[in-house]
Amino acid sequence: MSEKIDARGLSCPQPVVLVKKAIDRLGKGEIEVWVDTVTSKENVSRLARNAGFQVTEQEEEGEFMLKLAKD
Amino acid sequence: MSKTLSFFASRWGIISAGAFIGILAPILQKLGNPANMGICVACMERDIAGALGLHRVDIVQYLRPEIMGFVLGALIAALMFREFKPRTGSAPIIRFFLGVFAMIGALVFLGCPWRALLRLAGGDGNAILGLAGLAFGIWIGVQFLKGGYNLGRATATKPAAGWVMPVLMVVLLLFAIFTPQFAPGGPIFSSTKGPGAAHAPLIISLVVGLGVGFLAQRTRFCTMGAIRDVVLIRDFHLFTGIFALVVVAFVVNLILGQFKPGFANQPIAHDNYLWNFLGMTLSGLAFALAGGCPGRQLILSGEGDGDAAVFVVGMIVGAGIAHNFALASSAKGPGAFGPTAVVIGLVFCLLIGLFMRERSRA
Repeated sequence: MSEKIDARGLSCPQPVVLVKKAIDRLGKGEIEVWVDTVTSKENVSRLARNAGFQVTEQEEEGEFMLKLAKD
Repeated sequence: MSKTLSFFASRWGIISAGAFIGILAPILQKLGNPANMGICVACMERDIAGALGLHRVDIVQYLRPEIMGFVLGALIAALMFREFKPRTGSAPIIRFFLGVFAMIGALVFLGCPWRALLRLAGGDGNAILGLAGLAFGIWIGVQFLKGGYNLGRATATKPAAGWVMPVLMVVLLLFAIFTPQFAPGGPIFSSTKGPGAAHAPLIISLVVGLGVGFLAQRTRFCTMGAIRDVVLIRDFHLFTGIFALVVVAFVVNLILGQFKPGFANQPIAHDNYLWNFLGMTLSGLAFALAGGCPGRQLILSGEGDGDAAVFVVGMIVGAGIAHNFALASSAKGPGAFGPTAVVIGLVFCLLIGLFMRERSRA
């Protein structure tokens, strides 16, 4: 299962709410999340790690693509 | 740089931000700020509204340099760490009125969440009612968030938009330093008695404000977020920050002889349990719907967030309304129309929570 979430432009805590809903629904697998502030990047990463996901990040022109993965 | 970055984002980073405020706020009181009000974003913005003549209550008029410091400290941090991002367009008119009602609720309780924590650390038992109300308001906000509440996306904008708040703060700072009088009997007003006349030396207030603004920007310190994250995702990261604030401020108050436990006759407070609770319920709900406590909104406005800036302006205008229309409380209790205004504010926030909803796309 793979899912893509575009949380760019959304203010706190919307990115976290969207990712939490996806994590609760999927339980595991891969989730790709786009955010555009460092705060959202930190918050989403913390949520994902606490839920047992591995987080890798990539920065592109001030925006961040986070890959959340759990087997 | 990355080591510094990870420290600020760590648990010790957020604890250090809370401890920093916990040390400095009681010291600001010792140096002249009003009791249990070393730092209070709502009270300080209310004093600024008074200094500008947006209300004419002569005991709460002073251009508090801490507020300018918060925004400018956040600006410096954001520029240093490449996080200055001018953005706007997420339902500004709604954010304005959330700011207005957040301030009205705070002035019925007599304090923002930071002051609620500082009042608790100073022994003011009424703060427990305020904090319980705050948590209840945030809990209601979380139910809306879970149901798809969303004020919509902000978009990147030109740098000039992000500089409006910092420049406004520099102008206010110049007014604070030179206190010009623009018309006979007109602003800039400065209280000669009451809480508005109680203040630490300007330069110290400014430096503390800059330090708090810098650290709060780096650590994302937010009192509303602290409670919201516990309720919403069982995450205690931000909560450890506010916990550190209370514990450290309590110890510093003990050392400075500023700890006075009780409910009656607390400084700049009243002991009406119901309206202490409901005032902060309104504020908590408004903060949750706007995505940040008053301190956090100031910090965001320093990072270039135009929507947070609109919320801040809403709070300052709200302070004018609260005093002009007899909504704000005093030591005697709620103002004549304070309870009515809280009910109206709660209805407004509930309607916003219900109607600003997006169907889940996922």
